[in-house]
Order: sequence, then C-alpha cells, then structure tokens
Amino acid sequence: MTTAAAKRLGEEFLEAIYAIPQGERINECIQCGTCSASCPSSAAMEYSPREIVASLRAGMLERVLNANTVWLCVSCYSCSVRCPAGIPFTDVMYELKRLEAEKGVSKEASGATMAKAFAETVDRYGRNAEVELLRKYYLRTKPLAALAQVSLALKLFFRGRLHLFPRKVRGLDELRKMMATIPENGTP
Amino acid sequence: MNQRPPRAYSYYPGCSLMATNRAYDVSTRSVARALGIEMTELDDWNCCGATAYMPIREKRSCVLSARNLAIAEKQGRELATVCNACYVVLRKTNKCMAENAELRGEIRRALQAGGMDYGGTVRVRHFLDIVVNELGEEEIRARLKHPLGGLKVACYSGCQLSRPFDDTDHPEFPELMDRLAGWLGAEAVPFPMSAKCCGGMSMTTHPETGRVLTGKILAVAKQRGADCVATACPLCQVNLEAYQDQVSDAAGADCRIPVLYFTQLMGIAFGLGSKDLALGDSLTPVEALFAEKVGN
Repeated sequence: MTTAAAKRLGEEFLEAIYAIPQGERINECIQCGTCSASCPSSAAMEYSPREIVASLRAGMLERVLNANTVWLCVSCYSCSVRCPAGIPFTDVMYELKRLEAEKGVSKEASGATMAKAFAETVDRYGRNAEVELLRKYYLRTKPLAALAQVSLALKLFFRGRLHLFPRKVRGLDELRKMMATIPENGTP
Repeated sequence: MNQRPPRAYSYYPGCSLMATNRAYDVSTRSVARALGIEMTELDDWNCCGATAYMPIREKRSCVLSARNLAIAEKQGRELATVCNACYVVLRKTNKCMAENAELRGEIRRALQAGGMDYGGTVRVRHFLDIVVNELGEEEIRARLKHPLGGLKVACYSGCQLSRPFDDTDHPEFPELMDRLAGWLGAEAVPFPMSAKCCGGMSMTTHPETGRVLTGKILAVAKQRGADCVATACPLCQVNLEAYQDQVSDAAGADCRIPVLYFTQLMGIAFGLGSKDLALGDSLTPVEALFAEKVGN
C-alpha cells in the first residue's frame, strides 16, 4: 500500500470513528494495554486492541485489516467499560469490521461470512432463520465442518428446537422501503 | 383494598426464542403469568439486528431496532426482553438516536418511508431487572411453592446484560441474578465468571476460541461446587449447554453440568410444571437434577 493510500485509509477510518458517540476519545489512548488484557480473545489475535491503536498512529491500519484480528472480537464490551481514556473500543472494532467487510482483505473471513449471511437472512425475512443462516455459513466456509454439527442438529430437531420454515414479518414490504432510504456500502 | 400498580409490558421475544431457545420464551411467559405481569407480544416485531448485522451496515441495523421501538411506542408501554443481545442493541439504538441528531433524522425518515415514526420515549427493560427491581424479594418469596433447598447455582449473567451500560447491574460483578437465586431458596455460589463472555458467535466462526471461553466458565462453575448454571441470554445458553463434550476436551477439565434459564429456575421454585417451563428442551440433565434435588 502506498503512503498516500495508507493515509487515506487512516483518515477514512477516523472520520467514521468520530461519528460514534465519544469516538473522538480514540485520540486519548495512552497505550496502557488495559483493553488487550481485558479482551477474552486477544490471545488469538495477531494484533491486540492496544496494537490496533498503535497501528493506526503508525499509518499501518491495513496490516490490522489483513490479519485475523477484527472478526475475533466477540463484542463483550469489556474493553469499553475498562478503558481509562473512555474509548468506546467495541464500537471501534465494529467500524473495523465494516471496513474489512467492505474490502474483504482479512485472511480469516469466517466472521465476515457469518455477518453477511446473517444480514442476508434478516433482509429476506425480517427475522433471523437459524437453519438457513447456518446452511449458508457452512456452505461458504467449511462444508465438511457442518458434518460435525449433524448430531447436535438432530438433538435440537427432536426437541422441536429447529424451525425448517422461517416466518416472515408481515410488514416486510414496509421494512424494505425503510431500509432502502439508507444507502450504505454493500447495500443492494 | 390496596391496588397494585399495573405491571404491563410490551414483550419482545427476539428471533432465537422462536426456535432454538423456545424454552426461554415458554418459561418467561409462564413465570410472568404466575407473577401477574402482563406481557403482550410486540405486534409483528422484526430482528433487532443483534451483533451480526451492525458490522455490515450500521445505520440499517439501527432502523431494524427502531422499527421495534416505534411499535412499542404506539403501545405505550416499556419494552421487556429476555435476550441480552436484543437488550443491548435496542438500548444502543435509543442512545445513538438521542445523542446524534443527524442520525436520528435519518432513522426517522426511514421509518416514515414505511409509515411509522419513533419519538424516542420507549424504555427497554430486561426481564431479570423487572423481577428483581420492580417486584422484589417480598413478592417473589410470596409465590414460592418449592423453595430450592440450598441448590447451588452458578449465576451467569453474560456480558451484554451489564455492559456497556452499567445502569442495570455491575459491569464486572453482576448481582441481580444472585439475589434472585437467594430469594428462591437456592445458594448462589461465588462466581467470578458471571460477566465473562461465553464466546458468542465465535463458537461457530472460531470454535477453537469459543471452546476456551465457554470452558473457563463451565470449569469454574464446577470448581465452585455448583449443581447447575443459570443463564439470562439465549446464545449463552446454547454455548454452555450444547458443546460440553468438546469443551471438556479443550479445557482439559470436566465441564458437564446442567444449564438452564433463570426463568426456569424461578418456575421450578414456583411449582410450575415441567411443560410450562419446557424443561424437556434441555440438552443437559435439568429434569433429573430437579427430580433429585427438590423433588419437583
């Protein structure tokens, strides 16, 4: 990535962060590492939350997007409530997820695939439909891994916990009209 | 005669309560009925967006939640939910709309395009908050038929009940469910994992990470001598109950323990039947535990 492109990426990111309530506090980061120590999945991340801010400041945000990091965030808000600088870091991670989903550069895409499959399912019915969601997810990522889920699926099925035919929201047409007023990246 | 204040809420079950977690829906409705709480299902509700829609499209995710809030506003009641993810996303939408005028304008224009509007007046409540803070000890105890006889419960609140907003419960060491368990005659074991994350969707997208997180929660519950784990969130419930064999392998510790919703625990103490609480839906031996411990 050229220096100019890296700069643009950083600016694009910061602009989005400033739109989040208290987002401008990202500039107050003191690199204390409380976020990384609080994050339940940082041990598996190539760049921990503290390193994400360091990367941003060094103009290296692209490396974070390319790594396995952003989709490992489980959205537990532990970093957000503990950050001594008051940075809503979970929302920062949401912004990184949106950037990554748009660019599709992460080497670890299962989280992005899941989120996209979820959004498609909700757009189609107005509600989630778990069977369809998981079918889409496994077909697009690791079809063989679905086999390991068969025994769980059967257990759920025999307890009446799987619905094969999703129910649509009655006001789906109106809901679609609402959604269509908001243009966002990747929207149909 | 003392007239009790009317306890009536709009009820937002959320998608997972329609299928995988229908026992949470069944037991919530049964317990609410037993306590005289009116819960009217929100008419034609849609998905709240959960944690998975927002990372793809942020504003449209707010529209999803705002449509539900708009319907609730028309019904003029507080909106009760039992799902931690719905709870946090609905509240987040309220907050973003209140604080960001530009966003509020966009979301309202979107709603109006579909013949609705939202003025921002709906308070979103978790059912656990309602039973502990609106009803309280006296009313809960008055309803007991089978006090839980010192049953040891690891009360697991999950991460999104008390975070990021800390006005419902303590963000690190929640206590609402512990208090409730005590009123039911159970003993809440000291459980430092109560607000740690179960792994959420990572159990599917990154199972090696998800199993470690779930394993820590279940292993500590066992170490603390708990007879069961009580949950307040549908996704936590599935993660904690459905993968105990694999999780035990990953954690190198026995993680097999009955897991049930706090509403089922309430229903058992209230003497409600197994069907009213859908105990048979469980993937862990919940019915056997209560046959043995409280003779339910």
